[in-house]
Amino acid sequence: MSRTRQRRFCDRIMTAVFWFCGAALLVVIAAVAIFLFNRGWRVLSFEFLTQPPKDGMTTGGILTPLIGTIQLIIVAMLTALPVGIMTGLYFAEYATDNLFTKVLRISIRSLAGVPSVIFGLFGLSVFVVFMNFGSCLLSAGLTLGCLSLPLIVTVSEQAFLAVPQDYRDASYALGATKYQTVVKVLSPSAASTIITGVILAIGRVAGETAPIMFTGAAYFAPEIALSLFEQVMALPYHIYVLATSSTDVNATMPIQYGAILVLIGLVLGTSAIGVIARAKLSHRDGR
Amino acid sequence: MRKKSDIAQNSFGGRGDRIASYLIFAFSVAGVLLMAFILLFLAGNGLPVLKEVSIKDILFAFDWYPVEDPPALGMLPLIAGTVSATLLSSVMALPVAFLLAVFTAEIAPRRMRSGIKVLLELLGFIPSIVIGFLGMMVLAPWMQGALNIATGLNLLTTSILLGFLIIPLVASLSEEALSSVPYELRDASYALGATRWETIFKVVVPYALPGISSAALLGIMRALGETMIVLMVAGGAAIVPRSFFDPVRPLTSTIAAEMGETPVGSTHYHALFFAGLILLLITIAINLASYAIEKRGVRQ
Repeated sequence: MSRTRQRRFCDRIMTAVFWFCGAALLVVIAAVAIFLFNRGWRVLSFEFLTQPPKDGMTTGGILTPLIGTIQLIIVAMLTALPVGIMTGLYFAEYATDNLFTKVLRISIRSLAGVPSVIFGLFGLSVFVVFMNFGSCLLSAGLTLGCLSLPLIVTVSEQAFLAVPQDYRDASYALGATKYQTVVKVLSPSAASTIITGVILAIGRVAGETAPIMFTGAAYFAPEIALSLFEQVMALPYHIYVLATSSTDVNATMPIQYGAILVLIGLVLGTSAIGVIARAKLSHRDGR
Repeated sequence: MRKKSDIAQNSFGGRGDRIASYLIFAFSVAGVLLMAFILLFLAGNGLPVLKEVSIKDILFAFDWYPVEDPPALGMLPLIAGTVSATLLSSVMALPVAFLLAVFTAEIAPRRMRSGIKVLLELLGFIPSIVIGFLGMMVLAPWMQGALNIATGLNLLTTSILLGFLIIPLVASLSEEALSSVPYELRDASYALGATRWETIFKVVVPYALPGISSAALLGIMRALGETMIVLMVAGGAAIVPRSFFDPVRPLTSTIAAEMGETPVGSTHYHALFFAGLILLLITIAINLASYAIEKRGVRQ
């Protein structure tokens, strides 16, 4: 074989390997999706979503865990959003190249890499024990807020940076102060990007289990929590409990698959909205 | 980050403007404080264990019996579990992720590319509890039967599942690195008569290498810190694994499994925080390494 033919042959082989890899990904995803859907779709119904778990969690639906997860998301976002967006704004508009900026940037990056179980330990030692909130919705929500902070900072920073410099120049040329420029020019044009980022953060927070295990997730709670200082059930933790310590595995099996489907739907649904909206936005901005 | 000259000097803004900028600054301090507090509280709750047990007995002893009297707090099996699961999953998953990234960035037709990118990103959002659940209910029983081994809840199953967790993350980050390689480089390579594979292997990948290695490190870090999968599938035996089919008990699952039943302030409680501190320091080290690699890549 001549050298050229050998090279062509090598190219073909590698192309085939890459195609095989891509196809394998699609096959695995399709297989898992079909398997899960097949196991779980029968229990999915309106009652499944609107009934609390009954009879030692062997029958009934997933209303309480579902509401609990939504409550946790709300508390987490209420804490993380103001801080996260302000920090992103600081990076994009106010930061000069000094030591503090560098330390802050490294801190945010380190936070993004901290394992979720460490956030759980942190939440336990600070919110549950040190601040004495106890194991409750507030502690778990605050822990999840800390977890999502780096994500929101990164997203907001990129959103503010994406606003064209011309907007700022035009605003300053009209005599606006920096504060007025930020509030009236930058924030409106960055808002949509930030919102997509927040949707993505919600998708991330909704599926987290380890941080809430010892900060506020309940093994079982008969009612929906009405105050910040009650324990809540959460969908991911509910799945964990059913899968590992259920009294009657066969009876709860359909519920487990149903709950898994609802969780995937919740997480992937919100993330898909975020990802697609972001793609649309970047298309609009021509980035 | 903006250059200093790009930022308008806001000397004309008056007091309202200054207050706003102080306020934004004050909020931003929260990020530093949070990281500092995490380190502080983990160290504050973890280091007291050293009063009762020496650091040598914690890091190099083989027995983890925390609830006995006196407790045996040898974390070597736990560390071995974490390291072995992380290494094995990285060895299996990183090449696959790399192939997928190259496929998406270089080989797939243009229309397919954006579809795969969205798919990979969405896969990265799948909660780890879902993967752990599938592993526990499907993969582990199947492995147990197919390979005729004592338990399907072992190191190999865990590593495979961890691999599935990190493949989308590493693939989509590496894909970004590959996509940002300038087209001129590819054109130049093709103009010299190189085949596509040669262009990818000798031009595109070397150029994107800092981004790819940083992505790989982030993937390793994710596998290291993953809790729910190992908690459900690793088997939970605190032994140093001798084969792929031994159950393991990594640091993360030890913390998650035992923290719930541990009285606050006991030696066991402090020991679990110490395990967390070890884990945190390892991840910070990996994170800083990936940050340094990225920075060096940008400068080139």
